[in-house]
Amino acid sequence: MNRSQAATTLSSGTQPTVPTLQIDNVVKRFDAFTAVHGVSLHVNAGEVVGLLGVNGAGKTTLMNMILGLVTPTSGSIQAFGMDLAKHRIEILRRANFCTTYAALPGNLKVRHNLMIFARLYGVANPKQKVEELLELLEITKLSEKKTGQLSAGESTRVNLAKALLNDPELLLLDEPTASLDPDIADKVRKLVRHIQKSKSPAILYTSHNMRDIEEVCDRVLFMHEGKILAQGTTAELTEHFKEDDLENVFIQIARSGGDSTKSEIGNSK
Amino acid sequence: MNPSIILALLTRYLLLYAKNPVRLFELFFWPIVQLLMWGFVTVSLQRQGSGSFPTYIAFLIGAIILWDALFRSQQAVAVSFLEDVWTRNLLNIFAAPVRMTEYLAATFGVGILRVVITGLVLAVIAVFAYSFNLLQFPAPLLLAWYANLMLFGWALGILSIALIVRWGHGAESLAWAMPFMIQPFAAVFYPVSTLPPWMQAVAVAMPPAHVFEGMRGVLAGKPLDGSELLLAFGLNAVYLAISGVIFGRTLAYARDRGLLVKVAAS
Repeated sequence: MNRSQAATTLSSGTQPTVPTLQIDNVVKRFDAFTAVHGVSLHVNAGEVVGLLGVNGAGKTTLMNMILGLVTPTSGSIQAFGMDLAKHRIEILRRANFCTTYAALPGNLKVRHNLMIFARLYGVANPKQKVEELLELLEITKLSEKKTGQLSAGESTRVNLAKALLNDPELLLLDEPTASLDPDIADKVRKLVRHIQKSKSPAILYTSHNMRDIEEVCDRVLFMHEGKILAQGTTAELTEHFKEDDLENVFIQIARSGGDSTKSEIGNSK
Repeated sequence: MNPSIILALLTRYLLLYAKNPVRLFELFFWPIVQLLMWGFVTVSLQRQGSGSFPTYIAFLIGAIILWDALFRSQQAVAVSFLEDVWTRNLLNIFAAPVRMTEYLAATFGVGILRVVITGLVLAVIAVFAYSFNLLQFPAPLLLAWYANLMLFGWALGILSIALIVRWGHGAESLAWAMPFMIQPFAAVFYPVSTLPPWMQAVAVAMPPAHVFEGMRGVLAGKPLDGSELLLAFGLNAVYLAISGVIFGRTLAYARDRGLLVKVAAS
């Protein structure tokens, strides 16, 4: 089944009964400022959902709420059918993430960092898993290097290796191709597709790179000022907004401030 | 609590120390400098002829070595947390399946190792430089003193982390200074009776004051008052419980206000 077929199938209502990630009417307020306004979304197993939006749209706040780093003001976040507020540790054992906002300790070797996180995530055979991932991400030659001596591209691949240590059923990727050269970015995209096909995790993927989203995501959500303004497949969105590609859809939504995009389209929940 | 998670965190902190010569240097430098400086100041004053000084030098050397246990254990908790902030690793840890009790247990483990290592070095230096033998105290008593000082150090360390989580990098200096804020009340280098009445009232509520009073008593040849030790343990249980509650509430507040992410990203 190709990606568009998969998305169409999801749209036609044959979703699994319990999505891997289910967010209902989540609101996050910081004093008078509302960062996230009643967002609802779901991500099913084997699905890659792209989260797009300008800086300050609320994407990272949403990601941080899913990771339990920020508590929602109201609404609920469930993963694997469990409430995040009550089962944070159980959920985090089955989830993982990669973000540009976090780094691994720079004065430890790549191998040491990965081994430690493998143990934190309860990986059964950490040594073997680390070797597998070093090979998969083509970073075996970096394993004895200090993490702080790596280039941006190398660091991203090491962070991705950390994110895959526990074979997560829910994977959050926050701008994984930011600051990567086109060759490495292409490899990362292919890797995400490979993981999706081989392990079928639910993946929530934020990026400012429209090519990332077009190539990798089954479904796209546009966030603006804390709200999801539009969602659907790339084809549905470009058709709805009468644009040639996702980049122009993004620009239209960003510049209109969401005024012309009040309707949800595509496979909304 | 999962022991393998605690062990993984502890391994990470030990690797961070082992791979960082500056951290290793800091581990030994200050305690040795303090012991040498204050020890020789006391020896110098003793040579100028004050009659009570032969006893006082033992008080002082013993106090310096024992105070280091409190200071090291507080620093182990606070600096381990700061290591995660400085290396921008905090989000990776707080978004991993790590319970805060496991995280704190690992920092306590770092504290035990730091105290054992520096304690041994200081004890050996004290023998050669001042003929002061720490093992003149019965081993169970010495262990009870160390345990009390470390428990209080951990409570202060937990409060230090709570301050950093709540107020960010601005509170880092407070985290470093916290043991010295309580030092005047802890009667480390002088008897509690030296303090003015209101400070004596505060000192009674300080577990270290009971340890240092006990040590001075034993050195002066008085029988050990076991109730002082029990009181110190009881007070430590209260302080640990209070610091745990404050830390838990601060974390909840930080998650609500997005402060964890701010501290991690700053």
